[in-house]
Amino acid sequence: MKNQNINTLEDYKYGFTTDIESIRAPKGLSENSIKFISKMKKEPQWMLDWRLKAFNRLKNLKEPNWQKPKYPKINYQDLYYYSAPKSASEKPKSLDEVDPKLIETYKKLGIPLNEQKRLSGVAVDAVFDSVSVATTYKEELTKKGIIFCSISEAIRNHPDLVKKYLGSVIPLTDHYFATLNSAVFTDGSFVYIPPKVRCPMELSTYFRINASETGQFERTLIIADKGSYVSYLEGCTAPMRDENQLHAANVELVALDDAEIKYSTVQNWYPGDKDGVGGIYNFVTKRGACRGKNSKISWTQVETGSAITWKYPSCILQGDNSVGEFYSIAITNNHQKADTGTKMIHLGKNTKSKIISKGISAGQADNTYRGLVDIGKNASNSRNFTQCDSLLMGNKCGAHTVPYIKNKNSSSTVEHEATTSKINDEQLFYCNQRGMNQEEAVSLIVNGFCKEVLQQLPMEFAVEAQKLVGISLEGSVG
Amino acid sequence: MLEIKNLKASINSRDIIKGLDITIKPGELHAIMGPNGSGKSTLANVLSGKNGYHISGVIQYKGKNLIEIPVDERAQKGIFLAFQYPTEIPGVNTNNFLKTSLNKVRKSKGEKELDTLTFLKIVKEKSAELGIDEKILSRQLNVGFSGGEKKKNEILQMKILDPSFMILDETDSGLDIDALKTIANGVNSSRDKKKSFLVITHYQRLLNYIKPDFVHVLSDGKIVKSGGMELAVELEKTGYKKIK
Ligand SMILES: Nc1ncnc2c1ncn2[C@@H]1O[C@H](COP(=O)(O)OP(=O)(O)OP(=O)(O)O)[C@@H](O)[C@H]1O
Ligand SMILES: [Mg+2]
Repeated sequence: MKNQNINTLEDYKYGFTTDIESIRAPKGLSENSIKFISKMKKEPQWMLDWRLKAFNRLKNLKEPNWQKPKYPKINYQDLYYYSAPKSASEKPKSLDEVDPKLIETYKKLGIPLNEQKRLSGVAVDAVFDSVSVATTYKEELTKKGIIFCSISEAIRNHPDLVKKYLGSVIPLTDHYFATLNSAVFTDGSFVYIPPKVRCPMELSTYFRINASETGQFERTLIIADKGSYVSYLEGCTAPMRDENQLHAANVELVALDDAEIKYSTVQNWYPGDKDGVGGIYNFVTKRGACRGKNSKISWTQVETGSAITWKYPSCILQGDNSVGEFYSIAITNNHQKADTGTKMIHLGKNTKSKIISKGISAGQADNTYRGLVDIGKNASNSRNFTQCDSLLMGNKCGAHTVPYIKNKNSSSTVEHEATTSKINDEQLFYCNQRGMNQEEAVSLIVNGFCKEVLQQLPMEFAVEAQKLVGISLEGSVG
Repeated sequence: MLEIKNLKASINSRDIIKGLDITIKPGELHAIMGPNGSGKSTLANVLSGKNGYHISGVIQYKGKNLIEIPVDERAQKGIFLAFQYPTEIPGVNTNNFLKTSLNKVRKSKGEKELDTLTFLKIVKEKSAELGIDEKILSRQLNVGFSGGEKKKNEILQMKILDPSFMILDETDSGLDIDALKTIANGVNSSRDKKKSFLVITHYQRLLNYIKPDFVHVLSDGKIVKSGGMELAVELEKTGYKKIK
């Protein structure tokens, strides 16, 4: 992003200019920068008030420091909280101008040329395949009464839904990064599935028009009304670069009576180089409320990117007989660090939760599973099953399992199993003897190790994720 | 096919193979017998290129020195090892594993990779030919397989990959009579004048079915005696003590 407009903009306070291509908010975190964002997004007053409330709360909050990965202090006054999409003139003209290593990875993943361009930020023609595809999809969704748009559009066009549900799962005051997001979020998705509707396709940000650039502070809100079903995909397997080091997204899911939400993530942000320089800090708050009876929320995540990944997609099982699931693969290589897991809060009767976590650590990386299972005193006959498996490659990496269990109801049960293993020379030799090279062998063995989780992904995602698992560990076995 | 000259191998500063010579011509089947711990599996590992050994001497395969060539390339060149203890790989479907393997071998020969349907057809054919229940192939690789199932799986893989030099490390140990015949059948149906075998065994039983051209006795890392089938018969009677 070019810097020439900054001074004028700072002078300009929070107005906005017509030159949308080079707009940035004033630097730093302030009431002015928040007003600027709200104005840029053409938000109603209630939304601005909400943001400012969050901002005021933020002043009394401190960054958490209990997590395992430590990171250098972030100067929040040195960040920009809003910048308009890059103009075509600032983007690379063709793939020739893009880092060849990135292109190589795209090729390995089998990503089509057009898609490679989109991902690496190459300027593309206005008539771009996915746009027309997206339009067709959108028509089909509209017919069923499904709302799928950017969060900004939703704030303008569906204020009642947004007012009712935004912040209802992750309160304004939740914790530092969640509250920061509430004050300054700039992009994200909104989904509403009406009662008894089964969403006919996997929804992904990919098909949301104008969503080619993901923001630093994303906000996603998904509501599945009574008896509805939706499967939502976030991210993609291709490595994504971003100039912003800190990513603090908030994702809220609400499932009403008999509704089901399946949320799948493949996270492959830039992890930094082999020596641990650069890389994204991915500090995400994801939480789902099974608000209605018999509702279900299932999180599946494949985390391979970022320098630091720090997230606990959680389920609040309020409705009786509701079900929460968490399936996770976290791969850390070189100097990457991940501290991830889930929280299953059982409040309703006969609630069930299942946690399957597969952590793979290579190089000098560090991988922690941290999870809470909390069974409240009214959650009778509830069950949790947790399985945490760690796989180590080499002897410089680390794996840790930190389960917190609170069971306040004697009719409920919690089961926890954990294993730690090393990738085994005999297994590698066996694969090699059948003609596979070291990388193929590692990929095969690790994919086997992760199978239970990979199976949860929608088909087309699963195939890509399998390749990604292999590629993420390249060079990890000598 | 294979020429081994003055081969020595050690691991963790322990000498295991201590100067070994064997020449195996195309079409020949050589059997190796020998007491526990004499170095038979080590020889099989060294021939297939397993890492971790200090090696000296010569291993010529089809006129090329193998020593510097990594395991996977040797496999692609047609060297196959039926393991004494096939390892379990949880979560990996045996069919997928074998398909990946077959396509690697085919690719290295410049042949077209097979799609799943064609692959499964070959599997059906070969398992029927051997009388092996192909159902084991839809399970996780060797996980929960019985001893006999593991060995049959090795032979089925051998048939499907169609290698040119096959090492069988005690594939006949722990098998019931029918399974033993299955294994023997797998070997005999693969024999032709371009292919060779090195069959490690403790028992004359298997050799009765597969009729070796040569029998060698390996003891303390060296071939101490070579002969024909009559040597196996003698060993069965007298054991190894007299030979040393
Ligand atoms: N990695 C190792 N480190 C140390 N010693 C080893 C190692 N591998 C094998 N050995 C030793 O080398 C000797 C030969 O082992 P090997 O497995 O080749 O025997 P074998 O002839 O196949 O025996 P068996 O008939 O019992 O299968 C044994 O004494 C064994 O303990
Ligand atoms: Mg042995």
